[in-house]
Amino acid sequence: MTALVKKRAGLGSILGQAAILAFGVAAPFLFPAYTFQIAMLWIMILFALTWDIMGGQMGYNSLGNILFFGAGMYISAVVQIGIVYDVAEYTAAFGAIKIDFTEAQYYIGFALGIVAAAVGCTLFAAIFGSMVFGLRGPYFAIGTLGVAIAAGELVGGWDYVGGGSGISMPVFPGDVEPRALFFYFLCFISALATFVFLRWVYSGRFKTTINAIRDDEEKAEAMGIHTTRYKIVAWGIAAFFLGISGAIFGNMIGFIEPLEVAFPTVTLGIFMVVMSLLGGKGTLWGPVLGATLFHLLKEVTWIYLLGWQWVALGTLIIVNVVFFQQGILGWAQDKWPQFFGIVVDEKLSAQGAAAREAAE
Amino acid sequence: MTDMIEVSGVSKHYGGVIANNQISLNVPSGRITGLIGPNGSGKTTLFNSIVGFHPIDEGSITFEGQEISKMRVPQIARLGLLRTFQQTRIYGKMNCMDNMMISVPQRHMPLMRMFKKFPAETLERAESILEFVGLYQKRLLPAGSLSFGQQKLLEFAMALINEPKILLLDEPTAGINPTLINGLIDRLRRANEDFGITLFVIEHNMRVIMNLADNIYCLAHGEMLAHGKPDEIQNDKRVIDAYLGAH
Repeated sequence: MTALVKKRAGLGSILGQAAILAFGVAAPFLFPAYTFQIAMLWIMILFALTWDIMGGQMGYNSLGNILFFGAGMYISAVVQIGIVYDVAEYTAAFGAIKIDFTEAQYYIGFALGIVAAAVGCTLFAAIFGSMVFGLRGPYFAIGTLGVAIAAGELVGGWDYVGGGSGISMPVFPGDVEPRALFFYFLCFISALATFVFLRWVYSGRFKTTINAIRDDEEKAEAMGIHTTRYKIVAWGIAAFFLGISGAIFGNMIGFIEPLEVAFPTVTLGIFMVVMSLLGGKGTLWGPVLGATLFHLLKEVTWIYLLGWQWVALGTLIIVNVVFFQQGILGWAQDKWPQFFGIVVDEKLSAQGAAAREAAE
Repeated sequence: MTDMIEVSGVSKHYGGVIANNQISLNVPSGRITGLIGPNGSGKTTLFNSIVGFHPIDEGSITFEGQEISKMRVPQIARLGLLRTFQQTRIYGKMNCMDNMMISVPQRHMPLMRMFKKFPAETLERAESILEFVGLYQKRLLPAGSLSFGQQKLLEFAMALINEPKILLLDEPTAGINPTLINGLIDRLRRANEDFGITLFVIEHNMRVIMNLADNIYCLAHGEMLAHGKPDEIQNDKRVIDAYLGAH
C-alpha cells in the first residue's frame, strides 16, 4: 500500500516534470510575445526556491536574500567590463563611452561574470552569515533586511561602480530575437539547475538536519550537530544561485542601478517570501507553484486592475498570511498526508516492517 | 576509578537568585550517578552549566580532564557528553527514523558528507536501537503522535545512537506510566552495562534512583547537601528534612 502510493506519486511527479520541461523549451516559440515574461517567471521560481532553503526548510526567515541578487549583478558587471576596460573610467562616463565588445569578449566576459557572481555571492553569504546567524526569529529577519538595504545604499554611494546612476551593461552582439532567446534560455536553465540541485540535496542528510534546526535548534545543538556550518552552507547555496540569477538579469535588462534593479528590497525581496508562503514553504514544489501563481496574478492585476495592483497584491499577502499560513502544498499535505509519504496508521507502519523482513 | 566529569566550586546566579553555590561533585566513569533534591534546588541549572548551555560565574568543569566550562553546547556534545531534556524534546513532525537519523554523531564529519544520503548500516543501527527501546513497530509514525512515555523512550534512543561517553538524563521517568518505568530502568541499566555509557541522572522518583544509582548527590537551595551510597542518603536526616520542608 505504501509502495503503491509512492509509485503513483512518483509517476505523477515524472509526468509533471516532463510537462514543465517541455513547456520551458517550447514556450518562447509558442508565445514569442511573452518571452520576457516567461523568462521572468523562471527567475521568480529561482527566487522562491532559494528563499525556501532558509525560510522554509531551515526556519530562518531572511528578508535580505535580494542582497545576493544585486551583488551578483554588480560582480558580473565589474568583471565583464573590467576584462576589457578600466571600470572607473567606464562608469564615470555615464554610458557616454561607447565601447564595442567583440563577440568573444562579450561571451567570455559574461561567462566569467556568472562564475565570479556565483563564487563571490557564496563568499558573501559565508561572511554575512557568520555575522547574522547569532540572531534568531524576527531579529534575524530584520538583521538581514538591514544588510540588504545597507548594501543598496552603499553601492549607491560608490563611484567606482557608477553610484546611483548605475552601469550600462555591454551590448549583446546580435539581433533582438536571438538576444531574447539567449536570455530566456539562461533564465530557464538556471531555474532548472536550482531545482535539480535542491531536489538532490533535499534527498539526504542535509534536509533532515536543516529541518531539525527549524523544528528545535537547541535540541540540534545539544545533539552535537554542526548547526553553524549547516546554516552557512544553506545560505551559501541560496547565494550561489541568486548570484547567477543576478548576473543574468542584469545583462538581460541591459542597465543596472542600485535601488530599483539590483537591490529592490520591497518588491522582489518581499515577493520571494510571498511566493514561497503562497505555494507552501518547506516543500520542494511549493515555491515553484507559488511563484507561478504569484507571477500570473501579478501580471493579470497589472493589466486589468491598473491603479489597484498594489492593493490586490497586498490583499493576497494578507489573506495568505492570516488565513492560509501553510500555503497550497502545506494545506494539501495536512489534508492528504498519505500522498506525501507520511505514514499515519500504525498498522501500516507495522506491515511495512513485516514486508521488509519477509523480503530479507 | 577515574572521574569522567569533575565539577569544582561552580556557582551560577540568576540576577539575585543563587541557583548554584560552590557546587563540587565527581561523576565516576562507567557508573550510574544520581542527583536529587527538592524542586528549585538547582539540579537542572547544574546540568545546564555542565553542557555549556549558559556560562558559569565561577568554578571549573572538566570532562575527561579537559576544561569545558568555556565551550559551547555543540562542541561539548561532540566530545561525547550528551543530555536529554526534562521537557522531552523530539522532532514531532518527523517520523521516528528521521529523529534517529538526525542524532547520528557528527564528531568527525567531513564537510561534503552533509550532502550524502545515510548509509544502510546507519539505518539498520537506528532500527536496532528502536527495537531495543521497543519502538520498532512505530518507527515510521510521526514522533508527535507517540504517547509522552514513548517520546521519552525515543529521546533516549536518539541519545544512544549518538554514541555518547556520558549521558545526562533530566528526570527520565517523570510523567511516565508506572508500568513503563520498570522497563525504562532496565534499559538505562543495560545502556550502562552493555553500551558502556556512564549515566548521570536527575530523578525525583526515589524508588527509581535508589535502585539505579551507585552513589547519589543531594542538592538543596543551590548548595551541596549530602553525598553517599543510596542507603546512606536514604537515612540522612538532612536529606529527609530538605524533602519534607524542615529548615
